[in-house]
Order: sequence, then C-alpha cells, then structure tokens
Amino acid sequence: MNTIKKYSGLLWVAIGITVGYFNIVVMGIPKLQSGKQEDLVFAIINLCILTPIIVGGLVTFGYYALSGDYSNK
Amino acid sequence: MSKNSLRSVIVASSVGTLIEWYDFYIFGSLALVISTKFFPQSNPTAAFLSTLATFAAGFVVRPFGALFFGRLGDLIGRKYTFMVTLLLMGGSTFLIGCVPSYESIGFLAPLMVLLLRLLQGLALGGEYGGAATYVAEHAPKNERGYWTSWIQTTATVGLFVSLTVILITRNTLGTEAFENWGWRIPFWVSILMVMVSFFIRRNMEESPVYVKIKSEGKVSANPLKESFGNRYNFKFVLLALFGAVMGQGVVWYTGQFYAMSFIGKVCGVSSQQTDTIMAIALLMGTPFFIVFGKLSDKVGRKKIMMIGLLLAIICYRPIYEKMFHTIDCSTKIMVAENIVSKKTTSIHEQSKDSIITTVTHKVFLDKTSIDLTQKDTLNSMGVLKTNLDIKKSIELNTTNYWMLILLVFIQIIFVTMVYGPIAAFLVEMFPAKIRYTSMSLPYHIGNGIFGGLLPTVATYLVTTAKSTKVNNWYLQGLWYPIIVGAICFIIGMIYLDKNDNKIED
Repeated sequence: MNTIKKYSGLLWVAIGITVGYFNIVVMGIPKLQSGKQEDLVFAIINLCILTPIIVGGLVTFGYYALSGDYSNK
Repeated sequence: MSKNSLRSVIVASSVGTLIEWYDFYIFGSLALVISTKFFPQSNPTAAFLSTLATFAAGFVVRPFGALFFGRLGDLIGRKYTFMVTLLLMGGSTFLIGCVPSYESIGFLAPLMVLLLRLLQGLALGGEYGGAATYVAEHAPKNERGYWTSWIQTTATVGLFVSLTVILITRNTLGTEAFENWGWRIPFWVSILMVMVSFFIRRNMEESPVYVKIKSEGKVSANPLKESFGNRYNFKFVLLALFGAVMGQGVVWYTGQFYAMSFIGKVCGVSSQQTDTIMAIALLMGTPFFIVFGKLSDKVGRKKIMMIGLLLAIICYRPIYEKMFHTIDCSTKIMVAENIVSKKTTSIHEQSKDSIITTVTHKVFLDKTSIDLTQKDTLNSMGVLKTNLDIKKSIELNTTNYWMLILLVFIQIIFVTMVYGPIAAFLVEMFPAKIRYTSMSLPYHIGNGIFGGLLPTVATYLVTTAKSTKVNNWYLQGLWYPIIVGAICFIIGMIYLDKNDNKIED
C-alpha cells in the first residue's frame, strides 16, 4: 500500500497541472475575452479561486505523497 | 460529563450554528428580491448576476474567517470565539435588512450589502469549527460521531428554516407587500434568534479539553504557523481537504442546492412546488445525519463517507435523468391549451415601445399543467419582435411530485452519509492545541469553495451546453460534482487509514 501511496503522488501532480492548463487555456482566458457577463463571472471564479486551490493543493499533496509523507511508518 | 449536561451543550451549540446557517442562506433564498432592491434595474440580468456574485463572495471569504477565528479559538478558547462569530453574523444579517435601496442611496447600497455579506462569510468561517470542536471535546471519545452529528444537522435545518420563514412571511403579507418591504423581515428576525442563542451560550463552560491544555501551559503560541507552517500537520490538512471534505462539499451542494436549481430553473417547475419538494425531502432526510453519525462510531468514519461518496458519483446521472424525464412535458399528451391572459405595458414613454406579455396555459393527459409566459416587444412602428426566451412554470401531478421528493430524498441520504460523520472525523484528525484552526480551513475550502461555488459552475455548464445544443445538455452540470467527487474518493480510499487518521488528545 505504501508503494501505491507514494507513486500515485505522480498522478496528483499530473492532475493538478492538467487541471491548471485546462482551466487557464480552455475554460479561463477564452471566457474572459468572450464579452458575455455569464462567461466573465465563470472565468473569474475559475481563474482566481478554483485554479489556485486545485493546482497549488494537488501539486503539494502529490509532492508530499511522492516524498513518502503519507506512508505508514 | 452527564448525558443531561451534554445535551445542554449540544442544544446551546446547535441552536447558534443553526441560526448562523439560517442567516447565511437567507441571502441566497431572497436573491431574486434583493437583486431588485440593491442593484440598478436598467439591466435585470446583470443585477441578478451581481446578487449571485455577492452571495458567492460570502462563500469565498469563509476560509479567511476560518483562519482568523480558528487562530483566536486556539489562543483564547472555543467559547468566547464562537460567541463573537454569533454576534458578528447576527449583526450583519440584521443590518442587511436595514440597508436603504439603490433608489435611495445609489451605489452605496450594493457596496454596503457586499461588505455585510463578507462579514457573514467571515463569521460562518469561524463558527462551524468552533461548534464542532466544542461539542466533540465535551463528548465521550467513542460517541463523538453521534454527538457532533447534531451540529451536522444544523446546516440542513438552517436552510429549511430560512425557506419556511420566507414562505410564512410571503403568505402572511402577500406577494406585493413582501416584495416592497416584507423581504426585510426574515433578516430582522435573525437578531431575535441571535440574542436568545447568545444568552444560552453565555452561561456555557469552556471546553474541558481546552481548559486542560491551558492549565498545562500547552496552548499553541502561533496556531497558524503550527497548522500550516509545520509540514507534518499541513499534510493532514491537505489530506482532509482532498480526501474527504472536497467530496463532501460537492455532494452537499448537489443534493441540497443544485437539485433545487435543477428542478426550478433548468426544468421549470413552479417555485411553490420546488420549495415544498425541497422542504419535504430535507425534513425526511435530516434524521439520517444522526443515524450515520452514530453508525460511524461503530464502523468507522471512512467507510460511511466513502460509500456515500461512491453512491453519489454513480447515481447522480441516472437520478437527474429520471428527474428531467419526470418533469419534461415535451413527451406528454396535451388535452387543453388556452391563452389565459394577454396584456400590453408601455416600457418607454418617448419611444412608445411596449411589451406584450402572453400567458398560455396547457394541460396534459397525466394532469400535469404548464404556464408559458412570453414577453414580446412591439416598437412604435408596429413591428413585433418575438422573444424566444419563454418562461415556464410547471405544476406537477401528485405522482410525479412525490417521485421528485423521492429522488431529492435519495440525494439527501448521500449528503447525510458524507456529512454526518465529518465533524468527528476532522476533530479527531488534529491535536487539541491547533484543532480549531487546522480543521476549519480544509472544511471551509472544501465545503464553502468547492461546494459553495457548485450551483454557479453547474448552472453555467448546463446553460452553455443548452445553447450549444449538446446531447443530454441537462446532465452536463453534473460533471463538476462527479469529477471532484471521484478524485476525492480515490484519494480518500488510498490515503485515509482504517482508523480514520485519529490522534489521541
């Protein structure tokens, strides 16, 4: 189980980066520039709130997992 | 501690927390009226979106309230801190009911409302962690799930009470008076409830665990640094967020808020029926918070939370598919159709433009009925511009009405499974000296941000899918809770240990 805990850390880092890319490039900047108010509200929520938490949190979580912090001693 | 004393602790804590949830949700329940009072009416859609953004701002600042009041709770004690949050919440709510309208004071009105809404969010960020910690620290170790589950009922009951107070005020005053000034009453009622709760809480003792660590000189000097600057503790904060609370947040808001928005806004059921469907399902589901809280003392928190999360992820699409087809009138056989009213109102004196509002009533074979309201613009040249955005209000027949209650009830059972045991789970994950701070932050990010933003994000996904004519457009909003829930489930299954990561005080 410790091996799974450790190496799935890579997965969380990858998910964090992928979500960050998707949120900024696909769901963020284009919506910000669309000119529609509903797109603007969504883009602001996405870029300013959800993305930093997901990317920062998941990457750190993955890094800790990969470093063996969650392994049973 | 005797059972009777424990009961008074629960009552005092729960009543205050319930009032805070009431205060927090009343703003959302009155969003439509508020948008007409505090925002310029030249663009009603923009006004409504601004109101929703103000409502969402309350969720976004919750983690900051968790940090500020959590630190205070670990430094000066649980009791005093959550009395401050109670007064802050009550005062802010009362004052929202006193703010003059946009017509009277212009842009100062939305600004004041936004400021008060932010104070509400800060207060709630501090309240929940305090109440959960306070109750858990009074309860016997092997019954923490049961006793803290009473705190877990307060969010749902607070939502239920807010809907009920609005319904009673609206029915007593009539719609016109309610929309003119009566909407302020539910905000004013809050101050009375807060005063009662304040006097109950004033006589409570400080948490015995906190008193003990204080007498031993073990109170943390810097709870923020110890919680988040210490890697050993911070890894558990992240685990709590990504392995439990994030999933719990999306399940909570899907079952109780998005379901309401889906039935009312996406499917077009009348607001009266939507409110009663939600109220009945909430009432039926609430006791299960206690059931699953108690069960978690016996079988462990992780099992129940993860089963609830998995069931939610698997069942959301079939449930919402069934909800949509239960309401959808396009496949029903119509037996009568007539125009019940048609009126013309002038919208601009100089240009002589006017709006023609036509209400068509249709009845179907299964006794479902629908009112379609269409607003067309007639300009001064006599040219009619047809508006394709037709507002519908569906009245369901009894069978379908109860079917929807059942479908919402099933979602609330998922909510109770993930939410019932979580207060005890979070409390037991962190040491007493930094507990208030450490548990509050992941809770308010998971519940307040991942969950609280769900209705806005999911509604946006549905609206976009509908306008781009995506197949099953009505299910697209579910991707957000399903993906977030699935990630949380996998992390929880791998990383939470079978002892729920419990630590002993």
